[in-house]
Formats: sequence, structure tokens, C-alpha cells
Amino acid sequence: MGWTRKDLLTMRDLEAGEIVLLVDTAASLQEIAGREIKKVPALRGKTVVNLFYESSTRTRTSFEIAGKWLSADVINFSASVSSTSKGESFVDTAKNIAAMSPDVVVVRHSSAGAAELLARQLPCSIVNAGDGAHEHPTQALLDLLTIREKKGHFEGLHVAIVGDIAHSRVARSNIHGMRKLGMTVTVAGPPTLIPPFVQELGAKVSYRLEDAIGDVDVIMMLRLQQERMTEGLIPSLREYSRFWGLTLDRLAKHARPDVLIMHPGPVNRGVELSPEVADGPYSVILDQVSRGVAVRMGVLLLLAGRKGGDGA
Amino acid sequence: MSLLLRGGRVIDPANNLDAVQDVLLAHGKIERLGRSLEAPEGTEVVDASGKIVCPGFIDMHVHLREPGYEYKETVATGTRAAAAGGFTAVCCMANTNPVNDNGAVTDYILAKARAEGAVRVYPIGAVTRGLRGEELAELAELAESGCVAFSDDGRCVMNAGLYRRAMEYTLPFGAPLISHAEDSTLSRGASMNEGVVSTETGIPGQPAAAEDVMVARDILLAELTGAHVHIAHVSTVGAVRLVRDAKARGVRVTAEVTPHHLVLTEDAVRTWDPNTKMAPPLRTKRDVEALIEALADGTVDCIATDHAPHALSEKEGEFDRAAFGVVGLETAVAVLLDRLVRPGLLPLATLVARWSRDPARLLNLPGGSLAAGAPADITILDPDAESTIDPSRFRSRSRNTPFGGWTLRGGPWMTIVGGKAVRP
Repeated sequence: MGWTRKDLLTMRDLEAGEIVLLVDTAASLQEIAGREIKKVPALRGKTVVNLFYESSTRTRTSFEIAGKWLSADVINFSASVSSTSKGESFVDTAKNIAAMSPDVVVVRHSSAGAAELLARQLPCSIVNAGDGAHEHPTQALLDLLTIREKKGHFEGLHVAIVGDIAHSRVARSNIHGMRKLGMTVTVAGPPTLIPPFVQELGAKVSYRLEDAIGDVDVIMMLRLQQERMTEGLIPSLREYSRFWGLTLDRLAKHARPDVLIMHPGPVNRGVELSPEVADGPYSVILDQVSRGVAVRMGVLLLLAGRKGGDGA
Repeated sequence: MSLLLRGGRVIDPANNLDAVQDVLLAHGKIERLGRSLEAPEGTEVVDASGKIVCPGFIDMHVHLREPGYEYKETVATGTRAAAAGGFTAVCCMANTNPVNDNGAVTDYILAKARAEGAVRVYPIGAVTRGLRGEELAELAELAESGCVAFSDDGRCVMNAGLYRRAMEYTLPFGAPLISHAEDSTLSRGASMNEGVVSTETGIPGQPAAAEDVMVARDILLAELTGAHVHIAHVSTVGAVRLVRDAKARGVRVTAEVTPHHLVLTEDAVRTWDPNTKMAPPLRTKRDVEALIEALADGTVDCIATDHAPHALSEKEGEFDRAAFGVVGLETAVAVLLDRLVRPGLLPLATLVARWSRDPARLLNLPGGSLAAGAPADITILDPDAESTIDPSRFRSRSRNTPFGGWTLRGGPWMTIVGGKAVRP
């Protein structure tokens, strides 16, 4: 199966075959990271713009390295929504960037639907690098690549996603992607952090960490934002950590010995993950980060290289 | 001076009339109805055969945006939009800048309406100063200046004690309080209904309970004070149930529903179109069904558009940053004729009643009837007119409609105010 889409906006839109193509492409590009000279000419003469409306070190850097290893010209455009709300609108900024004829725009924005909005306005390819609480498809793809490397397959695996599901674009993208690949997903957290009707997305729900982590192949812990306390969604970080923090003790007691611990980062050490777990033998958190570069290379390559899609 | 509407089907719910009749208008009043009326010397005759002649439609909930937001709408453009959409009168909400919380602003709006208005304009005064929900506006002076109701629409008066006093203070004026029922502690940060679509899109949602809680509170306060409370734009099955029960108990509560809440659901938000964003938000199929039933059985008293014009720049960007609200004056009649009346979900005579007799009764407005001596305000519908909604042709200054491109059958054909056809 070939790649035909102009944009990568959501996992929900993709078919299983497209997801596998993206993961396979990323897998084949991983070896570049081990080369003496980390550069291939695949995207020479192409321009990739990183348009980031939210601060992000990891994802932006990951896209930047991916583009550079593929020999694209990568430009970083950081804007804060607050400063642009006084002046230029998102739509205007987008049109201005489009006027400079980039081939791919990678966008991160705090509003759900922002990537879709851009994709409708601009003729170039758009990669959604996170839009509000909606989706973050490249994170799901790098999670999938990591899981397949460690477990060898997708079909039949069971994943628990734990924490602030309601505000998580990572959870949404993973639920869609994993379900399409024949995996079972359980989301777990206090009820205030579980969105209503999440079962309609194909996920099971658990309100007890001990139940959720038993008998799963992968535990994905999500970052807990401090704002959730002031919003009245949890009483305190202390209580959250006591009931929802993953510790070695809990793992040993309830989880399988071959379980993988994942986290999209950045980790709140001592809140959702104890340091011993984050750095421990089950953890593949740094593998996720390195797979991230391969996934983003794969995405840029497929989008910029699709038929009739070169912006030359 | 006089106008004879010949051979139309006359539907006048206030007088239990549904028959082919001629209608003679003279000196700004309804002169008489009957078969084969003679046209007095100098009378203009309009052939209304095949058309439906109704008392002028009254939209009791619009935002004309003047003073203060003339880039969105003005009294002149908003009333032209009203005339084009088949309305002979509109009631305009107080959230202008300055807020219509004192007699001087009311005077200004009425002066604008006299000078530039294409249809009748009835201002609605604020309940609280500056819509801040902290202290009462000068309600007696607002009533004296011509406000026909009081509302902080766009915001909910969260302070129950203050709202109770507003109900009591306005009792002698015979003008209702109109509630924008939305508990802001339950709706904070939300841009849509809370449900399966908000979970999927990640757009923050507000539950139906944000509305229901306030409808329940307002009903209880109306019961306490004996005041007439009108619930604006009901959107939930729960609000409908509360209003129905309260009416059965004899509480003075009435309600309106908008065309968009009658024909669209939260599924429309999946398009990310900011023109599907309004307050209250689009709800579910179950809510829509309950609203249609309530409109048919009279639990919901009238239809109102909540015409809320916004400039393109406020409605084209990120969904959660877009302004709330949609325009409705130029689409409402056609949308409901096609989507409710044509499929048999709502009898035509009921639609006419909910847009003429009932709002007139509720706000003690002249009109809403074709009895001899009533104002010669008439809406004529063409049940067969085919149209495709083209926002670029709106008379309104704004284009923010969720109905662009809809092809509809049936619509307004002529709008007559004070015996004169308005050509907007």
C-alpha cells in the first residue's frame, strides 16, 4: 500500500495498512541514527517549517533532527497564542507561511482542530504535532514502533493507559491506532480524568490502578498537569501519587514480569512514576524518544515524497 | 394607503382561522378579512394565491449589536435581515456596548430604529448593571423607556439572591425576565456539548446539566416570587421536562427554542466549523426530538433565532477561540418550513402560532393577530419557493451561519410592516 494523503492529522482517519506502512517506513530509517554521517539526501531542496504555538522541546527537536537527517531545510517558528491573539491570527500566520512555499508544515497548537484548519487553508502537507486534547499521531506511531520492536507484533496485545485521559491527545491517538491494529486498550484514572463516553472510542475503563495494570503487556503512564488541582479534578498531587503513582512495589505485586513501561514525557518524577520505575528495567521511555526521530523521518519522507505531491 | 392581499391561505392562530381569504389593510391596520373583498379606490392588490398569509412573525431574541459593535451588525442591517427573513418585529438583547442597562441606551436604540429600522424593534433591558451580575440595573426606567423584557442574555445571573430580587422588583411592570440558563461553574472553558463528540475531538464540553440546573433554579424562583420567567433557547431534554412539569404546576414559566437547536446536533461540530459553535451548544438527537415534541405540544411557547452576528475574523479560526453564536434571521423560516413542516414533524399552523401569536402574548406586544384593528404586520410565505442559502447575499452584516449551501423548499415571500411591504 502506498501513501496518498496530503496530510497526517489524526490516527482516527488512518486505515490499519497506512499505520503499518508508517511504522515500517520508520523502522527502515532507524539505522541512520547509528551511522557515522547521519545524513541522507532524500529531502534535499525541501523545506519543513516547525510551527509551534505551544512550548515543546522534545517534539520540536525530534522533527528538526528528522528533517535535517533527511537533508531538508528546517525552519522553526515559535509563536505564543497570547502574543498572536493581540496581533496576527493563526489563520493569517498560516497564510503568510504558505506564501513562502514550504513543502511540509509541522504544527503544534493548544486548540483542538488547529492542524485540520491549517490543512484546509494551505496547499502544502501538514503534520499534526499535537492539537489541544485532540490528537498527536506521531507520538502514537513512535509508541507503536517501540511496542512492535519489544513485543514483535501488535495483534492481541493489551495496553493500559493511565492518568489524565480527558486532556490527553496521546491517549486519543493511541486508542485509535491500537484498536485498528487489533490491540485491547484499557484507560484508567480517577473518574474526573476519564472523559465521558470513552468506551465509544473502543477503550475499556478502570478506576483502580491495581486492576488496570494486571495482565497487560504495556503500561503507558501519562503526565499529570499541575492545573488539574486548581480545576478541582484531583485533591492533591500527594493523593494522586499515592493512588495512581506507579512504583516498583506495585509493579512487582500486580503487573506481569515482562510488562513494558512507557511515558510520552516529560515525566513528573515522583508523581505518576517513581524514579526507580522510570529508570528501571521495565522502562522503554528513552527508546520511545529515539524511535520518535525515525517515525518523524518516515512521516516527512512519505508526505513530501507522495505522488504528485512534491512542492518543487 | 391600502393594500389588498387577494386569495392567499390565511392562517391566523389567534383567531382560529385557516382558510382562503382576502385581507384588506388600511391606515396601518387590518381593515377586514373575507372572501372576494372589493378593493377600494386606490388600493394596491397583491395576488397571494398559492401563498400563506400569516400575522407578522416576531423574533423575540436577536442581537442587533448597536451601539458598540456596528462592525457585526446595526439596527439598519439587522432589521433589513429580519424583513428579508419574514419578520415584522424583533426584540434586541442588551449586550451592546454600552450595555442597554439604562434609559439613555434604550432611547438611542429606539431612535435608531425609528430612523433606520425596516421592522419594529423592541429593546430588552439588562437585568444587572453592565451585565456583571452584581447589582440591579435601573429596571423601572428601562421599562418606562420601552424595554419589553429584561435579560443579561449571553451571561447567566449566577447570584440567585439577586435574581430573586430582580423578579420581585419587575413584577409591577408586566415584563418577563428572560434567562440565559447556564451555570458557568459547569460550563467554564467549554466550547461544545459534553458527550461522545467532545470526547473524540478533545474540544472541552459542557454537560446538559449546566443548563438544567439553572432552569430548575429559575423555575423555583419564579414559584417563590410569582414572576414570569422566560427561558431563552432551551436545548436539552432535561430543560424541556422541567418546564413541562412547572407549567403543569401553574408556575409562570415560558420558553423558546432556536431553529439551529431544532435541526442540528453535536455531530455537526465534527466539521470543526466555528459556525457550529453557540451557547447553549448543539446537543444530541434525543434532545432535538424532545425539543420538536415540546414545540408541537406548547411546552415550548415560541421560536426565536438568537440571531448573533459576528465578523468573519471572529468565526474562521480555532474552534475554541471562536465567538459563540450564529446568525438566523434570514434562514430561520426556510429551514423550519423545509426541515420540520414539510416532513410532517410540526403542523404549519403551529409554526405560525409559535412565531406570531405566542411571542406577542408573552411580551404583551401589539400584533400576532389578524383581527380587525390589529397592526397591519403580515408575513407571507411561499410554500413552494426553492432556495439555496447563500451567505454572501445576506442583508445582515455578518455571514456566520451553519446553513450555508442548504437547499430548502418554502420560505418567506413578503413582509408587510404597518401596511407597507418592506423591500429590504
